[in-house]
Amino acid sequence: MSHVVSPIRETLVSGGKSYHDVTNDICKQVEGAPTKEWKIAFGVSLVVFAYGAYCLFWTWWQGIGVWGLNKTVGWAWDITNFVWWVGIGHAGTLISAVLLLFRQKWRTSINRAAEAMTIFAVLCAASFILAHMGRPWLFHWALPLPNTFGSLWVNFNSPLVWDVFAISTYLSVSLVFWYLGLVPDLATIRDRAQTKASKFWYGLFSLGWNGSAKTWARYEYVSLILAGISTPLVLSVHTIVSMDFATSVIPGWHTTIFPPYFVAGAIFSGFAMVQSLLLITRVVFKLEDYITIEHIEMMNIIITVTGSIVGIAYLTEFFIAWYSGVEYESYCFVNRATGPYWWAYWMMMSCNVISPQLFWFKKLRTSILVSFILSVIVNIGMWFERFVIIVSSLHRDYIPSSWAMFSPTMYDIGDYIFSFGLFFTLFFLFAKFLPVINMFEVKSVMKGVSTNYPFKKKQGGEKSKENVH
Amino acid sequence: MENNTKRYWRGLEELTNEAEFVKYAHREFGDAPTTDEKGEAIIDGTNTNRRDFLKVLGFGVSAVTLAACEAPVKKTIPYLNKPEDVEPTIANWYASTFTDGGDYASVLVKTREGRPIKIEVNPQSSLTKGISARVHASVLSLYDNEKLKGALIAGASADWKVADKEIISELTKVAAKGGQIRIVSNTILSPTTKKVISEFIAKYPTTQLVTYDANSLSGLAQANGGILPSFDFSKAKTIVSIGADFLGTWLSGDEFSEQWAKTRRVSSAEGGNKEMSRHYQFETIMSMTGANSDYRATYKPSQEGLVVASLYNAVASKLGATTIATSTVKVDHLDKAAADLVATKGASLVVSGSNDPAVQSIIVAINSLLGSYGTTIDAGSPVNYRSGSDSAMNSFISEAKAGQIAAVIFYNANPVYNHPRGAELAEALPKIGLTISTNDRADETGSLCKYSTPDSHYLESWNDSEPKKGYFSFIQPTILTIFKTRQAQSSFLTWAGLNGDYATYLENSWSAILGGKVAWSKVLHDGIYELGSTVSAVTPAVNLAEAATLVAKNYKATSDKMELAIYEKVIMGSGSQANNPWLQECPEPVSKACWGNYATVSLATAKKLALEQEVELDTLEVEVTVNGKSVKLPFIVQPGQANDTVAIAIGYGRTKAGKSADGVGVNAYPFASVVNGNIAYFNVGDVQVKATGETAKIARTQTHNTVMAREAVVQETVLGAYKKNVEAGRFKPEISTAEGKKSALDITLWNGHKYNNHAWGMVIDLNTCTGCSACVVSCNAENNIAVVGRQEVINRREMHWMRIDRYYSSDADVEDVKGLEYASENPEVVFQPMLCQHCNNAPCETVCPVLATTHSTEGLNQMTYNRCIGTRYCANNCPYKVRRFNWFRYYQTDEYDFHFNNDLGRMVINPDVTVRSRGVMEKCSMCVQRIQAGKLEAKKEKRRPKDGEIQTACSQSCPTNAITFGDMNDETSEISKLLAVERKGRAFGVIEEINVKPSISYLVKIRNKDEVVKKEEAKAEHKEHA
Repeated sequence: MSHVVSPIRETLVSGGKSYHDVTNDICKQVEGAPTKEWKIAFGVSLVVFAYGAYCLFWTWWQGIGVWGLNKTVGWAWDITNFVWWVGIGHAGTLISAVLLLFRQKWRTSINRAAEAMTIFAVLCAASFILAHMGRPWLFHWALPLPNTFGSLWVNFNSPLVWDVFAISTYLSVSLVFWYLGLVPDLATIRDRAQTKASKFWYGLFSLGWNGSAKTWARYEYVSLILAGISTPLVLSVHTIVSMDFATSVIPGWHTTIFPPYFVAGAIFSGFAMVQSLLLITRVVFKLEDYITIEHIEMMNIIITVTGSIVGIAYLTEFFIAWYSGVEYESYCFVNRATGPYWWAYWMMMSCNVISPQLFWFKKLRTSILVSFILSVIVNIGMWFERFVIIVSSLHRDYIPSSWAMFSPTMYDIGDYIFSFGLFFTLFFLFAKFLPVINMFEVKSVMKGVSTNYPFKKKQGGEKSKENVH
Repeated sequence: MENNTKRYWRGLEELTNEAEFVKYAHREFGDAPTTDEKGEAIIDGTNTNRRDFLKVLGFGVSAVTLAACEAPVKKTIPYLNKPEDVEPTIANWYASTFTDGGDYASVLVKTREGRPIKIEVNPQSSLTKGISARVHASVLSLYDNEKLKGALIAGASADWKVADKEIISELTKVAAKGGQIRIVSNTILSPTTKKVISEFIAKYPTTQLVTYDANSLSGLAQANGGILPSFDFSKAKTIVSIGADFLGTWLSGDEFSEQWAKTRRVSSAEGGNKEMSRHYQFETIMSMTGANSDYRATYKPSQEGLVVASLYNAVASKLGATTIATSTVKVDHLDKAAADLVATKGASLVVSGSNDPAVQSIIVAINSLLGSYGTTIDAGSPVNYRSGSDSAMNSFISEAKAGQIAAVIFYNANPVYNHPRGAELAEALPKIGLTISTNDRADETGSLCKYSTPDSHYLESWNDSEPKKGYFSFIQPTILTIFKTRQAQSSFLTWAGLNGDYATYLENSWSAILGGKVAWSKVLHDGIYELGSTVSAVTPAVNLAEAATLVAKNYKATSDKMELAIYEKVIMGSGSQANNPWLQECPEPVSKACWGNYATVSLATAKKLALEQEVELDTLEVEVTVNGKSVKLPFIVQPGQANDTVAIAIGYGRTKAGKSADGVGVNAYPFASVVNGNIAYFNVGDVQVKATGETAKIARTQTHNTVMAREAVVQETVLGAYKKNVEAGRFKPEISTAEGKKSALDITLWNGHKYNNHAWGMVIDLNTCTGCSACVVSCNAENNIAVVGRQEVINRREMHWMRIDRYYSSDADVEDVKGLEYASENPEVVFQPMLCQHCNNAPCETVCPVLATTHSTEGLNQMTYNRCIGTRYCANNCPYKVRRFNWFRYYQTDEYDFHFNNDLGRMVINPDVTVRSRGVMEKCSMCVQRIQAGKLEAKKEKRRPKDGEIQTACSQSCPTNAITFGDMNDETSEISKLLAVERKGRAFGVIEEINVKPSISYLVKIRNKDEVVKKEEAKAEHKEHA
């Protein structure tokens, strides 16, 4: 991790931290007793999870008829939620892999949490793959497993099969990448452990890390290789998810623009989710020195850029609908904007295209409150984007006799709530038992700082004061 | 302790370590072997060791636990001695006859292992050419668990012998005192039943037979000299119907549909028929017949007589006959209709749905003037479909109220429910000393009777019927009586003191007529015995002047008051089969609503009444008050209905019919009024409609009414244009490519499939499809389609594989996508049967992750239920939206308490078709079980399947032969010949341009209209501008 930090660059960690400070700050959360805030947050997550689990159980027990789907709209909240969670999952890999390859050092403070978020989001997405099936107990039929049905294979033409491959690859690579990154930090915790139990568990999972130069060298190689493997996944996963729609014949789905549009949207929503989570973690765990305004600003810039790409995609869809002269396509888009689901469309437009443009103003993109609100708005907008694409295309397609409306039931909502329960339960467990910030990487970007220690301390101190306000 | 070498011995034996000691050293306690050679403990000297014990214990506990779980016990009772003509898995067919009051159809009954499971048309009958939804559904009524399971005395189940004894003794007492006895029935088509009743009357001479019909046509008979003439629409070039739904509910809809369709079938072949009848419809509501007409206009019920009179005057003045002095009503197209009628004199037909003898008399006069008697009308061969007399029923109710009746037998009649004076009768019944009902259930009337002696279902009965003079057909049982029911004829014979064996009675009676039992067996086998008839030109004499006076008195030329129209739904009819879930769930062809009735109003009237138009399935509840009586029901806007009218269908609002019918909709019978002595199915009294403020939902399978100007979906033209160009109205999408414009069909990424053997396909003629929905119910019966109930239909989840899409025309410009959502005030209507199109480039097949839906080598798109994991991707990607998903387990689940939920109802299941489980997709299979059966039959005979031998349920059921099914690889098949002609003419695939290559072709709808030609040009012009 040798590198040179130009003196004219802003420091990435403020507060004049020494290496030991970093270790203390981060390990404190893991080693100490759970704080009151954590207990409340975790308790709430568990309640939400339990309620959602009940709804999911009932869906499974009765059949997905408890949802509001019908003969015309065969997918609605289920696949909306699936795509939404997969999209959110993108930020983690992008931050850790792509930014690693581009040597974006600022990522070090946020990559751990972002990667954890990726994994949890992909798990949430996977829960909808299972839940949306009519017969979820036969999910393994979607895998190309040897079988006794005269060796009945899966349909390699089906984008859903591609999805199965894409999501499972993504989940396993992300998991390995994340876990590998944790090993040096786990070893740190192991070495500091006071209790037998933590010594044992952290010892077990740190895989006998000894911090030797050889170990570090191997670690660096593997990281780089995994980053290389992960990078195409950032593009491929959502490309494939978008093909669920793009390869169909349904107007509003059958669109070649979908792959880049979906990838941009995924990064957009993923960064917004990372932003929301880190802004909370930063306050709850008092990590203002590690997740600085600069981090927040960088993330906001990415949100604005991807939001604008998404906006252009929306406009392009409209242009093509008109330009192609296909009456179903053009009706589909007129219907999106002015039909019965106009509110969902305009919700999407205002949340995704208009709201990120506020970040052109430096004052707004460096404001924590504005950043937080907008990050939530962006994710609301991105949920609506998927809802608009799925429901408003299906509900009025070719044959007008079958046109129908979709309205959610308490189980549509409950199963969505389940995914939040799952996500936050896992996230809080992660935040309590694992280092939320990548200690060794953060330390690596502090080197340049320590040489100018007194000056930086002063500057950083002021900065952190600003941040508080 | 490490170096401790000390040893301690248990005894000297150990120290010496003899062989004997070593052998038994491991035995701690003496002689008895307590362990086996492996050292495992042996229990009680048996060979069972501890491990075995635990195994047995474990198995035992789990077996007991599992056994304690409720496992379904399925009893299969094998034949001890195989009946001679029953082969398991081979269907047996029996000829029989469906009758329900005056409704009639000669049918074949398919039985499997002794169970009747399907009704089809009897192809030998010259009267029945297709059977309606109600006839198809009647097989399910056989397995209705809520029918009476035996005789009842005062509501308690009783032995038949006891009931007979009591009834005979009471009847004898009544007869001795000279008390009046009445048998109240609906139309009786059976001559032998009438004979049985006359035997009963001979025994009890104070008996009178009172016949009435829930959908009375008394007035028609009165005007025609007491008979109902037979009509032949197939000979008509101009058809004018004034309020007669002759393709649906009027007189004999199926027969007329077939005749009507003959005049509407055109061919694009050179020299093929390009003439069509012209059909005018004047009516209050939008009936199915009106929806199929060429010209349509509306009037209010209070104007009906004068509309007929105006038509008479228009015709008479053109023919130089004397006109009648009545005020003229201004109705669109009436003069044009008169002109056409006169122009096609001798091949014209005017019919009216009115039950007013005066109105029908004027109709007779019009038809006389037009020379219809002897051509399109045959008074020499009367039909017996309705023989009820309103006046006889009226006087019976009055007598009953006055306490003048001593005994009454309701012979399959339910007047308490289906007569306008039903409530009065219900009050009067306690005054009648002896009340007997033969109704199949304790219905509204039956439950008020002291004795219930339930009649058997027609599939369990012997009988005959004479729907038309000289045309007989027979009923033979296809199953033993399921419950302890007895044919009413047997009851009458028993009570008359005769031998109650009606089967023998019938046989003797017919053997005498036919001259022997062999002849009787033959007609029973054929199901029909037709003597034929020759057309007679006899014209009934009518008193036109008197009729004109009555019409002038009873009708008004203009009225701004709200009026109520009462109509019969094509599917539900009079409500006698209301407890049949197939019928309840089959949507009405025009409104596409099922599970209940509703108040329909025109858009203008809805606005006037400040009723917000319904959105999707949400609507407002309205209270309709007629002369102080009121009902609450949802309203819908019905395009094409007369303004300032509200219409409610009969057949709903049953209270004692069973689970599927009770409380569904409201009863409209009590609102019928009396005009000129007869029941009038309208009310022009004080009619009020107001919103109650409550919202309501209507179960509708289609909520979007218009086709949004999508020419690729429905293609139509007018006759004039078609004569000039057989491809008129065809929409041929072209796509611009680098090599210029190409037909959308020529651009593909696919290699296509090769069909070396068969290539099954279907052609559906939009021109002859009337929307009657017989195919829908037939498909339900054939393919074990689940009934899902009102709430699931509201959730838009009906399971029908075959549906009839109905589109109204819109006045809006093609670019005005908002305006196009609204139907015209008096729209043109098109019906489009929609089912799986068995695409050759099927979008569903590519997207299924597990290959559950695949393409067959014969062009079928197959669904493998067992493989389906329920992702619903196929349904989403289906452009026709014909795939249906099992959202719940629709069979054997208490929430879906229809026929699949009880053992008896499940008897109707077709064993050749899988019952689908929860979580799987299903759709039309093109009756693959029938295709396979047909192929197997041919293979056994070492030949190719013959064309027409294999029919799908829908194609076989279509009364108008609008559906042609067959092998497109067989050049001699009807479908190949048809397509060879029509591919250059009217044939099109729905949304052809996405190039999924459907196996189902549609033929362009042609209206026999003239002015629309301009509209077509305007359209073309518009396109140029755009």
